[in-house]
Amino acid sequence: MSVCDKSALEISEMLAAGQISSVEVTQAYLDRIATVDPGIHAYLHICPETALTQARQADERRAQGDGVTAVTGVPIALKDNICARGLRTTCASRMLENFRPPYDATVTARLRNAGAVILGKTNLDEFAMGSSTENSGFGPTLNPWDTERIPGGSSGGSGAAVAAALAPWALGSDTGGSIRQPAAHCGVVGLKPTYGRVSRYGLVAYGSSLDQIGPMTIDVKDAALLLNVIAGHDPMDSTSHDVPTPDFLEGIDGGVAGMRIGMPKEYFTEGMDPEVEQTVHAAIAALKNLGAEVHEISLPHTRYAIAAYYVSATAEASSNLARYDGVQYGEREPDCKNIIEMYTKTRARFGDEVKRRIMLGTYALSAGFYDAYYLKSLKVRTLIQKDFLNAFESVDLIAAPVTPTPAFRLGENTDDPLSMYLADVFTVSLNLAGYAGVSVPCGFSSNHLPIGLQLISPAFEEARLLRAAYAYEATAGFKGLRPVR
Amino acid sequence: MSDTAPQDPHIGPDDVRHVALLSRLEFNDGEVTRFTRELNDILAYVDQLQELNTEGVEPTSHAIKQVNVFRPDTPGISLTNDEALANAPDSESGCFKTPPIIQG
Repeated sequence: MSVCDKSALEISEMLAAGQISSVEVTQAYLDRIATVDPGIHAYLHICPETALTQARQADERRAQGDGVTAVTGVPIALKDNICARGLRTTCASRMLENFRPPYDATVTARLRNAGAVILGKTNLDEFAMGSSTENSGFGPTLNPWDTERIPGGSSGGSGAAVAAALAPWALGSDTGGSIRQPAAHCGVVGLKPTYGRVSRYGLVAYGSSLDQIGPMTIDVKDAALLLNVIAGHDPMDSTSHDVPTPDFLEGIDGGVAGMRIGMPKEYFTEGMDPEVEQTVHAAIAALKNLGAEVHEISLPHTRYAIAAYYVSATAEASSNLARYDGVQYGEREPDCKNIIEMYTKTRARFGDEVKRRIMLGTYALSAGFYDAYYLKSLKVRTLIQKDFLNAFESVDLIAAPVTPTPAFRLGENTDDPLSMYLADVFTVSLNLAGYAGVSVPCGFSSNHLPIGLQLISPAFEEARLLRAAYAYEATAGFKGLRPVR
Repeated sequence: MSDTAPQDPHIGPDDVRHVALLSRLEFNDGEVTRFTRELNDILAYVDQLQELNTEGVEPTSHAIKQVNVFRPDTPGISLTNDEALANAPDSESGCFKTPPIIQG
């Protein structure tokens, strides 16, 4: 068994026991990436030199016993919309093809301070806008379980990297499902923390009121450990919350006995794949067998979530992406006569989906349409959040599918943007409400594609969420399964 | 308060060109036709929001509410001029440089 088959926590224990060095672990991943990643394209950039330097420093740190943490020497991959000082951060966009941030995102700084080793930056839909990584400006990532299929998105590179053992774990970001959906499609664990739990400083903004960074890992304990490292208040992000950060590993094995789990009837609708429905039902039955109470609940405004999401998220995107004007950083169209021409020709580098969302958002915010679209979407957002608040009066957690189908084929939805948006039907509500959610592997379709169970908690109750996910994972038998390649 | 139902079709090619101008994006005729169709599809789907009575409902712009986050106004270390300009497509004398803004 190669070290690359281990979980991050197992690697951490091996490092602590002196069974292996960080340089050896890092080199093992770099070798595997060189062999396997050309067939997956999980990474946009690999950083062998800086990774090995960090690994040597981590080994020294461990040798001297100086400031050693659980992640000292453990490699990680970062989604390429998370800034890392000096390392290319492109957001999979031609607009930022050569951008090297002069600063670290707070999550990157926390990982560096803890001694983690950055292997490289993973692929995504351009500026995190998409559900398949097909919107990457540098070519799609392929699903390691079936390379004719998409890995999900937008954090598809991070999901595929963990599934294919090209990194022990990775960070993703989730604006409308971009951690949970690729986690489900790649058969890994993906956690979207509560909005405000993790600093967004240095995460390239898409929908600022919805974006949240989170772990993508091979099992639930790794997700808890990684959240321990990245969570916490940050003065550089005024939307990060000043709440205590518990040790998310502590009490993770507390079980679900007596826990009240709600099953929203709106999430088991006609038209969803029958195998997904059966598999998720079986997972919820397993939670019941472990001692949880299962109640049917209603989240009545679920069917309006996609519409509310695509108006409010694109409105925020249209404003956030105004900064790509060719002046301060990013690419610029050369030899333009005046500044307007320079803006317009420079912005031609955006891909079609990014242009579509800028257009939709600009329209929704424009004079005469603001009330009917943007303001209306914010009011519906209130109704969707109230659905969850009402539900959480009678249940502790919510259980649901992550996606209506297993991973679809490359090209299957690219000609119809609306059908691609509808793939997010079970994930966007959570971002609108701001709560925490996790995708845990819960089985396979008959053609061997992973299926995910989504668990949802109230704000800042990630410890409860992870406890239930861990209890399920321990009994389900899908932990740590990886495609053979 | 105009919670009125938008028209169908929602936007025509000229609207798309206008929104493109506001967005500093540029499309050829074929792209205008395609974006008109795609945006109309999406806006028709979004219309279902109009079914909901949102009279008296407060808008939510941030899910987890925070008000007036202040910090002490103390100087700290920030980027140097060189670092700030390192990614600039063009610079001169420590400043970002652009093509002419006002035509002489």
